[in-house]
Amino acid sequence: MTDVAPTTRKDWQTDQEVRWCPGCGDYSILTAVQMLMPELDVRREDTVFVSGIGCAARFPYYMNTYGMHTIHGRAPAIATGLALARPDLDVWVVGGDGDLLSIGGNHLIHALRRNVNLTILLFNNQIYGLTKGQYSPTSERGKVTKSTPFGSLDQPFNPIALALGAQATFVARTHDMDRQHMQETFRRAHAHKGAAVVEIYQNCNVFNDGAFATITGKANRESMLIPLEHGQPVRFGPEGSKGVVIDDSGQARIVEVDDVDESEIVTHDEQAPTAALAFMLSQLASSPEEPTPVGVFRAVERDEYGEAVERQIAGAQDQRGPGDLSALLRSGATWDVV
Amino acid sequence: MTDTAERKPESLDRLVIRFAGDSGDGMQLTGDRFTSASALFGNDLATLPEFPAEIRAPAGTLAGVSAFQVHISDHRINTPGDAPNVLVAMNPAALKAELRGLEDGGTVIVNVDTFDERNLTKAGYTDNPLTDGSLDAYSVYEVPMTSLTKEAVIPAGVKPRDADRSKNFFALGLVTWMYTRPIDATLAWIEEKFGKNPMVHQANVLAFKAGHAFGETAELFDHTYQVAPAPQEPGTYTNISGNMALSWGLIAASQLAKLPLFLGSYPITPASDILHELSKHKNFGVRTLQAEDEIAGIGAALGAAFGGHIGITTTSGPGVALKSETMGLAISLELPLVIVDIQRGGPSTGLPTKTEAADLLLAMYGRHGESPLPIIAASTPSDCFEVAIEAVRIALEYRTPVILLSDGYLANGTEPWKLPDVDSLRPIEVEFATAPNHTSASGDPEYWPYVRDPETFARSWALPGTDGLMHRIGGIEKQEGSGNISYDPANHGEMVAVRAAKVAAVAKSIPPVEVTGDADADLLVLGWGSTWGAIATAVDRARAEGDRVAQLHLRHLNPFPPNLGEVLGRYRKVLVPEMNLGQLSRMIRAEFLVDARSVNKVEGTPFTAAELHAAITGALHD
Repeated sequence: MTDVAPTTRKDWQTDQEVRWCPGCGDYSILTAVQMLMPELDVRREDTVFVSGIGCAARFPYYMNTYGMHTIHGRAPAIATGLALARPDLDVWVVGGDGDLLSIGGNHLIHALRRNVNLTILLFNNQIYGLTKGQYSPTSERGKVTKSTPFGSLDQPFNPIALALGAQATFVARTHDMDRQHMQETFRRAHAHKGAAVVEIYQNCNVFNDGAFATITGKANRESMLIPLEHGQPVRFGPEGSKGVVIDDSGQARIVEVDDVDESEIVTHDEQAPTAALAFMLSQLASSPEEPTPVGVFRAVERDEYGEAVERQIAGAQDQRGPGDLSALLRSGATWDVV
Repeated sequence: MTDTAERKPESLDRLVIRFAGDSGDGMQLTGDRFTSASALFGNDLATLPEFPAEIRAPAGTLAGVSAFQVHISDHRINTPGDAPNVLVAMNPAALKAELRGLEDGGTVIVNVDTFDERNLTKAGYTDNPLTDGSLDAYSVYEVPMTSLTKEAVIPAGVKPRDADRSKNFFALGLVTWMYTRPIDATLAWIEEKFGKNPMVHQANVLAFKAGHAFGETAELFDHTYQVAPAPQEPGTYTNISGNMALSWGLIAASQLAKLPLFLGSYPITPASDILHELSKHKNFGVRTLQAEDEIAGIGAALGAAFGGHIGITTTSGPGVALKSETMGLAISLELPLVIVDIQRGGPSTGLPTKTEAADLLLAMYGRHGESPLPIIAASTPSDCFEVAIEAVRIALEYRTPVILLSDGYLANGTEPWKLPDVDSLRPIEVEFATAPNHTSASGDPEYWPYVRDPETFARSWALPGTDGLMHRIGGIEKQEGSGNISYDPANHGEMVAVRAAKVAAVAKSIPPVEVTGDADADLLVLGWGSTWGAIATAVDRARAEGDRVAQLHLRHLNPFPPNLGEVLGRYRKVLVPEMNLGQLSRMIRAEFLVDARSVNKVEGTPFTAAELHAAITGALHD
């Protein structure tokens, strides 16, 4: 595309004061998006950010695009209507773990299974920030918060596994400490035709500080993050000393590469015919205290919902011609009185 | 052979028939076909389908009885009739459930084959009503419909079990003969509907003809009846249900506004037919989304509205409750949206297939905060067409969600409708912002989404994709003008006031109300919604008896028409019949300090004209 006038990061910023807590991970995500946009060959006029409620949901106010800050949980549903009405637009959805996985969980899974053309950024900080510190649907079991003084009893969602179960065609994970990785992941999510969901591990330095430090801290990344690259063996650690194998029971397991035959190390295939491999990889870490895969788990092509809607309309118009109101009113049995 | 067929039919000025049977007996279809034939013949008519919520309640039980009432006449009528003249009962349960409503001395036609001990017990009869003398006050015709149908359809080759399923066509054939309805339209319809399955097609034709021939040849009936066509204004007519008229009205509004229609909806009785109908008309550019839930339905419609489509969501009471938060958002965003509420019996699941009109105060006040929106209501099945256009007009011109109230009675009931000339329908003008409308402190042109039209208070509306007009809107209180987030107390007060003033301003676009009946009436009957027909008939009867009565029926319920208070002040007594415990009367009393008296019926069925006539007489002479 060459007809889009070049823009800079500044063109994508608004005059609104950013009101997240100092040190919040949301700042680095906003920066990553604002720096990425000029590289995407898209117009600000054709871009819409839709959000629900929560800290993350303030995002649209800071993007100099069209934007809708809606109500708790409903952004995927509202964005679905917008994307179907206006297939010419680039529609992004921004929300947190409470917004998209708790109150809005139903809308998220249905947007994913329909494969509506949306780029969904799921800020996961494993806590409710805007309501000041209750546990969220991704908080670990036993989490002590204001609403769980004796520890949370809830099993947390694994957002990647949930998205795969909802038959999402693009599922990825990144984190707020690595702008480069965020940008590459967002770039691919945006390029994907259909619903793309990116889970972003995001630090809430006020109510859940350091939730991901074990894996995202600069010193720990090499040994704790497992980069997923399509067509490459899944290896990580110093000099790729660790790898992932699928054992006989169908479970992904981390091994020392030296301990196994190198051919046993699983090769990542984000386009595999089923989501089985992506699902097995999603189960490697039960919490961000263990080595955790990041990158694109799955990216497959499936009919995009909005295109299918347009095809039906075009087909009906081809077959029956454009609507004729007078003929419609006479489509049942009629009689004339003279 | 007798000579009955040669005899001249006896003329009736009107006739009310009620078809009743088991849910699986096809009585809705029988009633619908009888109605259609009568409409094509030129009668005026009104219908009342009544069916259980269960698809197939236990066969033969009272709970499983499904009924269809049709009123046909040679003059203008407004209701499906108070007491049926004729009851067609396909089994003992139908007789037991429906006999109560039949007029004294009325006609009962029963499928005598079903009156065995088992069915009688299921219906709760200890003795056979056909033999115990309990029906002596009626003219009873015992017709072995099941066995005659089975015999008639043998040439079609259907299995005996399936043969039974054509007996509703036998019943239709019989009443078609009795009331000298034309048969061609019915045969053409059977062909169209069942042509793809020759065996079923043939069986239904044979059953229909057998029923017709039975009337002619059996010595049961000594003559036929005739209801002449009603005088109607010249024009082309069709028989229309409320939900169909509403769907077509929405499509018409889309054409008049030259904007595409987007329906986000979740299936719910009795609104689903609108989703079904609109989903058929994609060649009009209509997009329909069967959403994952009620909330997603309205959410998607609101998202589409942000994109410049006419956003519609259709539902019934329980769905309105679920959608209320999104309605609040639409009020705050000031985007057009139409919420269609086909009211049914409540609270909770209530009576899903029965009618009620108890959502008026829900529509008025069922949201948190100060969140006014316009409300309009349809009064007859065909009125749903105009009301749908009006709802879209208000929504688009004032950038506001609008609630359109219909109910189960209007939704499924039908009446003849003189088709409007589509070229005479008034276009709906919508102007989108195309250029900046404000200058920033630094002197640069910028776009402010909450700059208002001084007349309508409608805010400026720029669609995504418009050059240079990028802006953000949200549910947090915003600064008047710029639309930026604002927690300023005075600004919130101003925004609350301007949102209310905007809804109030809709009144300026509403025609003044007109009263029918006596100019010097002692009593005004004020109504809204589907009570129109019963009120009109009751008022006519009261006036025929010499009482001075006037009628006023409201389409616009919020805001009220501008002259309503003045008109109400002219009458000493104001009576407000409602299918609720007095919701409009409460609003009227609060707004105008008028001593409006409430007449209530919350039983899942519409008022009869007789009930309202009695209420009018009582109010006048107490």
